[in-house]
Amino acid sequence: MPRWGMVIDLDRCTGCGACVAACKVENNVQFVSAAESERGRRMHWLRLLVESTGTYPEAEIRIVPNLCVMCDNPPCTKVCPVHATYLGEDRLVAQIYPRCIGCRYCMAACPYSVKVFNWSDPRWSAETRSILNPDVSLRPKGVVEKCTFCHHRLQAAKEVARADQRPLREADYQPACVQICPADAMTFGDLDDEFSPVSQLRRSARAMRPQEHLGTEPKVYYLQRRDAHV
Amino acid sequence: MRTFEPSATSDPALFRSIDHTTTKFYVTVGVLAAIVLFAVFMYVRQVVLGLGVTGMMQPVTWGFYIVNFVFFIGISHAGTLISAILRITQAEWRRPITRMAEVITAIVLAIGGLHPILDLGRPERVMNVFLFGRLQSPLLWDVTSISAYFAASTVYLYLPLIPDIALLRDRSRRLRWFYDFLSWGWQGTPRQWKVLSRAINIMMIVVVPVAVSVHTIISYIFAMTLQSGWHSTIFGPYFVVGAIFSGIAALFVTMIAFRSAFRLEAYLKLIHFQQLAKLLLAMSMLWTYFTFCEYLTGFYGGEPEELKSILYKVTGQYAPLFWLMVACNFFIPLVLLGFRRFRTIPGILIASIGVLVGMWLERLIIVVPTLENPRMPFPSGIYVPSLTEISLFAGALALFALSFLGFAKLFPIVSVWEIQEGRALAKVEMEERIQSYLPDEQAGHVQA
Repeated sequence: MPRWGMVIDLDRCTGCGACVAACKVENNVQFVSAAESERGRRMHWLRLLVESTGTYPEAEIRIVPNLCVMCDNPPCTKVCPVHATYLGEDRLVAQIYPRCIGCRYCMAACPYSVKVFNWSDPRWSAETRSILNPDVSLRPKGVVEKCTFCHHRLQAAKEVARADQRPLREADYQPACVQICPADAMTFGDLDDEFSPVSQLRRSARAMRPQEHLGTEPKVYYLQRRDAHV
Repeated sequence: MRTFEPSATSDPALFRSIDHTTTKFYVTVGVLAAIVLFAVFMYVRQVVLGLGVTGMMQPVTWGFYIVNFVFFIGISHAGTLISAILRITQAEWRRPITRMAEVITAIVLAIGGLHPILDLGRPERVMNVFLFGRLQSPLLWDVTSISAYFAASTVYLYLPLIPDIALLRDRSRRLRWFYDFLSWGWQGTPRQWKVLSRAINIMMIVVVPVAVSVHTIISYIFAMTLQSGWHSTIFGPYFVVGAIFSGIAALFVTMIAFRSAFRLEAYLKLIHFQQLAKLLLAMSMLWTYFTFCEYLTGFYGGEPEELKSILYKVTGQYAPLFWLMVACNFFIPLVLLGFRRFRTIPGILIASIGVLVGMWLERLIIVVPTLENPRMPFPSGIYVPSLTEISLFAGALALFALSFLGFAKLFPIVSVWEIQEGRALAKVEMEERIQSYLPDEQAGHVQA
């Protein structure tokens, strides 16, 4: 079974935000009002963290796409009291929305702050309703959600492969953010296949994983110059 | 062997709260009920509109509800634990205090136990905890230990209440059926006394480890995560010490309030306050020691994430609250309880209110700053509670006072039979002591 993972090249990333928009539309992530957004309730499964370091003339701005890193040893699934978040059969950290009781313990336990909570029921305008993705369920208020690596795309790809009576190929499946990235900064694939692009990139000297020292074994890698770090 | 028969007539002051209902009582109940009803309304509104009506947000996803959960469950250690320890050590001065302590525990535990449910995004799915519960989650450990503690402490409250209920049953026709049912056929036969005292002895031992486990496990909710400021090995005992500390303070405030409201000055004497004040002072020193250990090791090690959250509390955004907490939990008790001159009832009351404020701040300072300082460079916000959270906090406090008043209306808040037993036993014991190891009064005359 493939071990799906992602490599994000921060030296290539332009911070254009296409991945954020693609993710939001692909996964029916709710839009909140400007006032709610100001109060810290904006919802993103993938967001850009902007960090400025140093002062002029050595000032530097770093932009880091922040999404669920799909830990192989996830601190969030351990603490869930009702098995609403778990490490699924594809080694992806999954959420069961109809079972989640909304205690937000997984959010408190996540060292990457990537889980988001539905503070109120989503309100879809006529326009946004018309572009909802039918492959992704809508979440009600009061449950936790997060990036799934566009798991619905994996399901569809598996079905196509089964119909064609062939094994699933790496090229069959790609999350929306990776697909849209105009700078080619995101690479997706099987980390266990040593010839895959992700495997080769993650062995690069520029590669590192966020909060690696916590032993969470993330499956998202970042590439960047050695003098900077996440 | 028992040499006394509890009597309903010799301590009329203890039945005063049951027999006389003043206008002041009705007014107090009315005001408290209004606060509780408003809180219920605000909660229903929250269920309908979602948790967006609170002040919680990303990344501070836990706020007042979890802070108050930890605080109230902490208070619940007042009771049962203190009363059990005093019974086990046979501290004679415990007699007028134990009942109140046990009532506080049962009420506060019920209120505190509700708080995680107030905090749920989908409260109607709370049964999932039993249907799909996973024992690897510290929340499940909590559900288990809190329900065990609630069961143990209500039994421990009820058992010593039985002879008093029988007195109430026999003295008047009012609510006869109610007391008759609750007294469980108590006739005060020697066998019944023997069984009762054995049951109390078993329960007083059982509740101690259960009580210790409860707040240890509440600390585990935080300590089991990897977050800086939470992931600490001393959190278990640190929380237990804080729980007993705030519990004694709550006991003092309740004792002083009911002492003046129901004129119990003859039963709750200065000596009771002074004895318990020593325990409060000792807990204050223990709490200070734990706090010192916790912060010094984090600061000295200087791990960047840990240091960030410590400095945020000690010198940053939370500094005023942090130092107010240190003043309330260390300096005020040290001065007011450490010097005999201030160890009066007003002094103890001020110290206790200080400790309650300080311990509530301590829970806030543990829960919120860690969430405000996530490991990722997240645009962090400052958590400010909304009217919903404040009114639910007020509602919880009002519900506590209301339940306590309701209890005082139905049952004596000072154990009648234990007071009378104390009087009878003290006389017998004194005579035995004179006979056993003191010389006879005539002995000296014979030798001379």
